[in-house]
Amino acid sequence: MRYTLLMHYPEASAESLGAEVIEAGQRAMTSYAAALDAAGVLLAAEVLQPSASTTTVRLVDGGLQIQDGPFADTKEQLAGTFVIEVPDLDVALEWAGKVPAVSWGGAVEVRPGAVHYADGAWRPNA
Amino acid sequence: MSGVAETAERAARASYGRLVALLAAASGDLVLAEDALAAAFEQALTTWPRSGVPGNPEGWLLTVARNRQRDVFRSAAHRRAAPLDEAAEVAVSPLDEIDPDAVPDRRLALLLVCAHPAIDPAVRTPLMLQVVLGVDAARIARAFALPPATMAQRLVRAKRRIRDARIPFAVPARADLAGRLPAVLEAVYGCYALGGPDDPDLVGEARYLAVTLAALLETEPEAWGLAALVTLASARAAGRDDRRYLPLDRQDPRSWDAALIAEGESYLRRAGPGPAGRFRLEAAVQAVHCDRARTGVTDWTALRTLYRALLLVAPSLGARTALAGVVGRLDGAQAGLAELDPLAAAPAASGFQPYWAVRAHLLAAAGRPAEAADAYARAATLADDGQVRAYLLERRAALPSG
Repeated sequence: MRYTLLMHYPEASAESLGAEVIEAGQRAMTSYAAALDAAGVLLAAEVLQPSASTTTVRLVDGGLQIQDGPFADTKEQLAGTFVIEVPDLDVALEWAGKVPAVSWGGAVEVRPGAVHYADGAWRPNA
Repeated sequence: MSGVAETAERAARASYGRLVALLAAASGDLVLAEDALAAAFEQALTTWPRSGVPGNPEGWLLTVARNRQRDVFRSAAHRRAAPLDEAAEVAVSPLDEIDPDAVPDRRLALLLVCAHPAIDPAVRTPLMLQVVLGVDAARIARAFALPPATMAQRLVRAKRRIRDARIPFAVPARADLAGRLPAVLEAVYGCYALGGPDDPDLVGEARYLAVTLAALLETEPEAWGLAALVTLASARAAGRDDRRYLPLDRQDPRSWDAALIAEGESYLRRAGPGPAGRFRLEAAVQAVHCDRARTGVTDWTALRTLYRALLLVAPSLGARTALAGVVGRLDGAQAGLAELDPLAAAPAASGFQPYWAVRAHLLAAAGRPAEAADAYARAATLADDGQVRAYLLERRAALPSG
């Protein structure tokens, strides 16, 4: 069963965090990803750039509207995702609890996948 | 014919949760499991009168329901509903390994699913009532004072969530189980608390759930404590007068159910010695009250000790209010009121009926009838139960004028 862990946390500038905190954060993310990998459950991992660099596209009055900024302007922003393959929700929740962002005051949403595209076809989650 | 119906009824009562737990475990699909089981029961009622009740009704029901489930998985309708095929077919297969002649009891896993942290606490008790006991949604809705459609929708949504997020039908290892149990106990307790004097049937369901849970866990003291609590409280339900409310200390102990008291006490003994948690302490409170049937008196000192301990382990407005009443008996109304005073500022107390009832009682005993009258009026306004309200107003009317 595939689950996507969506990390949300309050964004902070590199200056306000300081080099030491950023380094510690990177180390935590490295060992977390390594742990997922070693357990054989990691399918994909991505940390996103801050929402200041994001662009949102939608249809407005029949035309494409391209707008700078995130889809939703919230205090916590989507900051990255992990796609994992584990037997059930309990295992997924256990991994979610270890996402470093949780200890940074963030939240991790655990969303089961429905279908995913592979080898030329949509595959059901199982 | 009635014999067959009775056998079916008995099988239904004893087996419902066991069969649902088995049928749903592989796919996580409670809706499908319940539908398949309902169809099997239906078939039993038409087949058994003709061919006789099978030697192993539970195994028979499991086989029929399992076949039914497989048909649904294979049907075109299900394929269309599912995003893409195959997975479902695989999901049902572990059932084939189950011997219908030795149906295992996986209800603990089912109870854990119902009280899973990913399930809204408000729907845990209704879910247990439905999938473990087979109580229908309309009946549950009545108990929760909700429109049947609303309750049905909440239950379906929770079941869909269990299937789609794949909440596992599994009993975690001992260390993790400890963290999950409080929610399960709480949901069973919720069923008991909801039943109350107005709904003795629901208290009966809570008792069945609590005893089942304790038996499945075998050696969990708090589970036996909860089983004892609900059983002892049920024992006194027989003593209630249908026409009017009688406070506990005015009930005639001869009207209580001695067999249930003995049963409850045996559960409390099974909880064993050692430091007591919330449910064991509450059960011990019930046991002290029930003991009046034997001794003719209530041991208020023991109750004071128990409530003090309860406040340490699980502080609550209810326990504090009860302690004030007990202290009032032992050390006089002034002392009881002194226990209540710190609560006066608590916002929750202003809408808590027992707080006002105990306060009224203590004020009356302290010779402050005017204040007592106000407190009785307030308690009566807050009472949900008509008989309780009538009793409180009666007490108010009996106050000396002054």
